[in-house]
Amino acid sequence: MSNPDTQPPSLYAAREPIFPRRVKGAFRTMKWWIMAVTLGIYYLTPFIRWDRGPNLPDQAVLIDMSGRRFFFFMIEIWPHEFYFVAGLLIMAGLGLFLFTSAAGRVWCGYACPQTVWTDLYILVERWVEGDRNARIRLHRQKWDAEKIRKSAIKWSIWLLIGLATGGAWVFYFTDAPTLLVNLLNGTAHPIAYTSIGILTATTFAFGGFAREQMCIYACPWPRIQAAMMDEDTLTIGYREWRGEPRGKQNVAGNGDCIDCMACVNVCPMGIDIRNGQQLACITCGLCIDACNDMMDKIGKPRDLIGYMALTDETRERSGLPAKSVWKHVFRPRTVLYTTLWSAVGIALVVALFLRTEIDINVTPVRNPQFVTLSDGSIRNTYDLRLRNKHGEDRWFTFSATSDGLFVLGLEGEEGLKVLVPANETKTQRLYVTAPAESYAATHERTEVRLWVEDMGTEATPGTDRVHHDTLFYGKEDD
Amino acid sequence: MCAKQVKKSGQDVGTTGHSWDGIEELNNPLPRWWVWVFYACIVWGIGYTIAYPAWPLINGATPGVLGASTRADVAAEIKRFDDANAPIKAKLIAADLTAIAGDEELKGFATSAGASVFKNNCAQCHGSGAAGVQGKGYPNLLDDDWLWGGDVASVHTTITHGIRNTTDPDARYSEMPKFGTDELLDETQIGSVVQYVLQISGQDHDAAAATAGATVFVENCVACHGEDGKGLRDFGAPNLTDAVWLYGGDEATLTESISKARFGVMPAWAPKLSEDEIRAVAVYVHSLGGGE
Repeated sequence: MSNPDTQPPSLYAAREPIFPRRVKGAFRTMKWWIMAVTLGIYYLTPFIRWDRGPNLPDQAVLIDMSGRRFFFFMIEIWPHEFYFVAGLLIMAGLGLFLFTSAAGRVWCGYACPQTVWTDLYILVERWVEGDRNARIRLHRQKWDAEKIRKSAIKWSIWLLIGLATGGAWVFYFTDAPTLLVNLLNGTAHPIAYTSIGILTATTFAFGGFAREQMCIYACPWPRIQAAMMDEDTLTIGYREWRGEPRGKQNVAGNGDCIDCMACVNVCPMGIDIRNGQQLACITCGLCIDACNDMMDKIGKPRDLIGYMALTDETRERSGLPAKSVWKHVFRPRTVLYTTLWSAVGIALVVALFLRTEIDINVTPVRNPQFVTLSDGSIRNTYDLRLRNKHGEDRWFTFSATSDGLFVLGLEGEEGLKVLVPANETKTQRLYVTAPAESYAATHERTEVRLWVEDMGTEATPGTDRVHHDTLFYGKEDD
Repeated sequence: MCAKQVKKSGQDVGTTGHSWDGIEELNNPLPRWWVWVFYACIVWGIGYTIAYPAWPLINGATPGVLGASTRADVAAEIKRFDDANAPIKAKLIAADLTAIAGDEELKGFATSAGASVFKNNCAQCHGSGAAGVQGKGYPNLLDDDWLWGGDVASVHTTITHGIRNTTDPDARYSEMPKFGTDELLDETQIGSVVQYVLQISGQDHDAAAATAGATVFVENCVACHGEDGKGLRDFGAPNLTDAVWLYGGDEATLTESISKARFGVMPAWAPKLSEDEIRAVAVYVHSLGGGE
């Protein structure tokens, strides 16, 4: 029976504001370094130059959407080589599995852009508004001059960071120095401004306001991680057998935890790690720093909160020492992930070095399958797609190998060579003719291998020779 | 109990009077936002019928004050493309026909425009792959055997004026006599000349009859097909010695062709296609592998 007077529960729960306190320690230092390196890579990469010759862009990392090319230092990827990108994604996935099974949500805690940018935004917040207590006071304060001024400064800096973030993004898609000038004098493409606008807004909203809600409500990874972790996975935990019962330090029977709330106050996710493993914990390690700092002060051993695995818990409860970190990291599972990861990586590197600078695709024209010429010979037509990945124009020449005898010819060209412009794809029609009464002319199908060879330039002789297997259709005698 | 929760608190809304198996339908007011959206939709609907074509009339519909017309939009879009293509079309018309193949840009435009013209106008007879219809008299445009010439200028003339049509005085014209139907030759003569044609085209034949047929051929056929039987393009007379046959090169088909003659017709395209379209399709056909 429901009570008619009770209101149904609200569908919307207001966010509890979180004011992470400043903390110092090994993990905090590491996080500063990771932030500096990852943001540095993100903001500076588009401006690295890489000389590729006169016909190709000289930006080291460039995703050229209109030209359908991806440049990464000495590597150039064409659309048909998208398997490299797929391979990299598989490696990224396996890498995530590996790190998660070995050390839990290290991606979430240290490297995820949401974490890094939120960290940066909290840093700005602390510069402008002060540490935790000052921020709480300001939060409760009425909208007076001080609050308005501080909020305006904070939001302005956030917006600038967001602008730089969105701005850096578009530099990956076109020549960065040119685009920078165009952006400043207002002549850049509207898509650039729109992209910057959207990414500025998302950075501002996600880093400034949504913060931990992105991890808890929007991100699928916290849900997936449960399947990736096992009892040997290192993760952050509270040694409650040492800490409990928590309370005053000098009262007999109390554990090491003095209930100072340091671990809770520094947490950017607003959780209490002493409640055990939980979905909202991104394992950023700040609670470890906070607790160690406190343990040092009261003269107790460190690592009341620290990295450990589930198996350690039972060992430590029975007085045994925890297993060594290496035993947690080197397990069949992690070795398997590492092997798979390396295998994909090696395969990609091998494929990268084996690929040729020229390429051929063959589409046989099958409407009609063959044409009878006046001398009784049989002709098949093939539409070729020729790719020249070199930085200069190249002559391509053609040949065929087969059990049958064939005469080759090119549409619109006198000889058997064609000029393919630098860094372009050229379509070319190839005629393959079998003399009258020859084997291929009188049999339904003959296998034929079409070869294309790079004739090179005066300075650099061509070395590449690629082929494509196809079929020749003849006029089978009734 | 449950119904009570639906009711707005502190407000007696009554019922509609409908009752099924003791379940009553409450007369709750609509949400305010819903009512306003409903009114807004009515206002929008009236405005829409004034602004855009809406009310059906006997011939069409009310035009709407904005003058919107999807038909006009399409026309404008087509015009936009035509305007954009106008310069290169003018260039195509002005260019020397044989020089088009050497101009990368012009050739690219002509072959893709020509392919589209071909599929719309020519594919019905010549097939979408331009291979014609074997044995039915629709020529294969991919091979190297041309009745009226396979250079781009000849192809252009053929397309412009057509073949054996009655509408264009400049149409290519020739007529093969009906040697059997009009009793110009008797059956034996026809039979022997068929053997001769089989012989000169390198097929199995009766040598004795072919020798007799050679005389018949010299007396009746060489004027158009030439002494060597290799045909004459001035008359559109086919080469009888090669491996390509428009209607078929076997004994039965040859007998029928000589007895009843053939009279393939192609329309003149000058009235239907513009000069740039004819030039484009000529360049396209010329690029299919048989061009001379």
